[in-house]
Amino acid sequence: MELLSGADMIARFLQDEGVEYIYGYPGGAALHIYDALFRQDKVKHILVRHEQAATHAADGYARASGKPGVVLVTSGPGATNAVTGIATAYMDSIPMVVLCGQVMSHLIGDDAFQETDIIGVTRPIVKHSFSINHPSDIPEVLKKAFYLASTGRPGPVVVDIPKDMTAPTERYEYVYPKKVKLRSYNPVSRGHTGQIKKAVDLMLKAKRPIFYTGGGVVTGNASEGLTDLVQRLGFPITTTLMGIGSYPQSDRQCLGWLGMHGSYESNMAMHHADLVVAIGARFDDRVTNNTSKFCPTAKIVHVDIDPSSVSKTVRADVPIVGPAQGVINEMISLVQGKDIAHADALAEWWQKIDGWREERQGKLYEPSVEDEPLKPQEVIEAICRQTHGEAFITTDVGQHQMFAAQYYKFDKPNRFITSGGLGTMGFGFPAAMGIKINYPDDQVVCITGEGSYQMMMQELSTCKQYGVGVKIINLNNASLGMVRQWQDLNYKSRHAHSYMESLPDFQKLTEAYGFTALRVDTNEELEPALERMLADKHELVFLDIYVDPREHVYPMQVPLGSMRDMLLSKTERT
Amino acid sequence: MRHIISILMENEPGALSRVVGLFAQRNYNIETLNVAPTEDPTLSRLTVTTVGDDRVIEQITKHLNKLIDVVKLVDLTEGNHIERELMLVKVKALGAARDEVKRTADIFRAQVVDVTPSLYTVQITGDAGKLDAFLQAMAPVGILEVARTGVSGIARGDKVLSL
Ligand SMILES: Cc1ncc(C[n+]2csc(CCOP(=O)(O)OP(=O)(O)O)c2C)c(N)n1
Ligand SMILES: [Mg+2]
Repeated sequence: MELLSGADMIARFLQDEGVEYIYGYPGGAALHIYDALFRQDKVKHILVRHEQAATHAADGYARASGKPGVVLVTSGPGATNAVTGIATAYMDSIPMVVLCGQVMSHLIGDDAFQETDIIGVTRPIVKHSFSINHPSDIPEVLKKAFYLASTGRPGPVVVDIPKDMTAPTERYEYVYPKKVKLRSYNPVSRGHTGQIKKAVDLMLKAKRPIFYTGGGVVTGNASEGLTDLVQRLGFPITTTLMGIGSYPQSDRQCLGWLGMHGSYESNMAMHHADLVVAIGARFDDRVTNNTSKFCPTAKIVHVDIDPSSVSKTVRADVPIVGPAQGVINEMISLVQGKDIAHADALAEWWQKIDGWREERQGKLYEPSVEDEPLKPQEVIEAICRQTHGEAFITTDVGQHQMFAAQYYKFDKPNRFITSGGLGTMGFGFPAAMGIKINYPDDQVVCITGEGSYQMMMQELSTCKQYGVGVKIINLNNASLGMVRQWQDLNYKSRHAHSYMESLPDFQKLTEAYGFTALRVDTNEELEPALERMLADKHELVFLDIYVDPREHVYPMQVPLGSMRDMLLSKTERT
Repeated sequence: MRHIISILMENEPGALSRVVGLFAQRNYNIETLNVAPTEDPTLSRLTVTTVGDDRVIEQITKHLNKLIDVVKLVDLTEGNHIERELMLVKVKALGAARDEVKRTADIFRAQVVDVTPSLYTVQITGDAGKLDAFLQAMAPVGILEVARTGVSGIARGDKVLSL
């Protein structure tokens, strides 16, 4: 038996839980914990420059590794600064544990210095939260926090820790709890066999089937099984933005991703399908467009681990509540050795799909011509070529995010790291940092825009402190491009506050932190600059790439329309 | 349609705010709410009446079930059930109205539980409809104050909501 203070228990628990890095920022209410971290060397703490960055870094790591990211912040402003990152993780179901310092328990409710009811503030954006009421509860509460964050439908868990709970003078027995049980929390471990049979029946009889898979396949570690299932059946597949890489994009059966800026063939195929097999996707409004016109001829199979996702926005004909991996494996064993009923119809379906594919081939965008600014799309294609499609790509939010998703081809899950649900500008750079710290030998590229980057660029300082060699691609259109695009389309090009009147010299800014930056204006400069950027995996390099500010992201679904109602360019629509 | 949802939840600080917050956050409506500990001191029972079509009610129960503090729940309106609410009403009781109030209370099987020279405090239990009817009957006399508990309920027969 070992007697430890609450603060030491926290440090010790993190070690026992196998946590390697935590991301945080100190302050009064968290100082006992910081002191405990100082007196050990197994758990490494990364000092960010803003608590929001700590949450995004932990989040990026969690998305890349599948393990919970851990954040430590102080009470009051430290905790409120973390809120955007918690909401970001919540919307995308990312496992995260956020430890917040709190004022001493006898002061709670008195509006004490740096007191914020962070449990109250974060209530709608956490999977669950705990307050520590006694130091001896710490090991069990932390175990519950990690367990909840990483099982079932993952999500962020906040633990509020009043300062007196970590007082160095009070010691209690510490035992690492190997397991915890919560009587009210039993995530489903398998899908209903009868329902799975029904789904497979529909799949075998379908004439125009399509798989539609989301982040649940990625978090549920089900990509391998999914690939097997889809290839056995020979069906087309489209993924959500969050599901990118859950099926190899270079394979013929993959139509890309779907929705507002999804591929033409994905959206067309969804609209005309007679069977949609949704796995780990949630029929989000950015995917379905107008739900009353969504997939008018399709039966819908919906597999999700969260019962509240099923039939939330679109009614499922065959709902299946269960983990993606287990359900997919059962589906595989059921289709094994069976023939599909309508092979001819499926061949015809593919002809149709290939027709849609060809229609848009070579028409996706117009490459830049001499003396004209670079197109953002061609920059992404060049990055994909030079990194062989194998880098971790993080993005911020805006046009550059959509271009990155459209023109970088991902064959693996957990590689495209983006804030899909909340759309948080400022996410990309700290997320890349969190990944690079844990995967130092991989190329980690943050594709950002000058608007988003300026929300979190202080993290250059963190990268300097820890030698974090992320690559930053600033697709500089000198405007809040996505906002500008909407203003072009809906407000007669009245660009209310969507332009940047006074951009900093990003090159000098980067150099101020001791890093290399290059400016790129032309096609000729592009490839050598990318080569230079990628030359040393461990060196942070910033490329300020000036791209055409007039470019729009297409396809773009027409508001209130069906899946197939799209603008295809500034002059064409379906 | 109106539904009565009864929830067993952890008797812990913050649990109630999660349930109530969920209704606010997802734009579901709460008509009445009633909560108290059960015979098991680790559990509270919360009963909420809400209005919504089947799709909304399905979402409400699914989201409630997802809350970690919610251990079990039942939609009582899905089966036969007993529904009760308790109300305390202060009504003017002067002159001829004094007898009238007493008579009406008797008809409703309500009890006068406190008196002053000028008013009666009446206690009445029943379903929400009965309580509404009593208030309507008392309106001409003059209602001074109303305290209602909100609906509580339990299934008829052998069905039991427990762990
Ligand atoms: C924190 C935050 N604030 C505002 C928005 C709304 N928004 C979405 S895209 C965008 C413009 C982003 O500009 P930039 O980062 O330069 O990317 P671009 O669209 O130009 O590629 C804005 C303001 C947001 N998504 N997140
Ligand atoms: Mg921009």
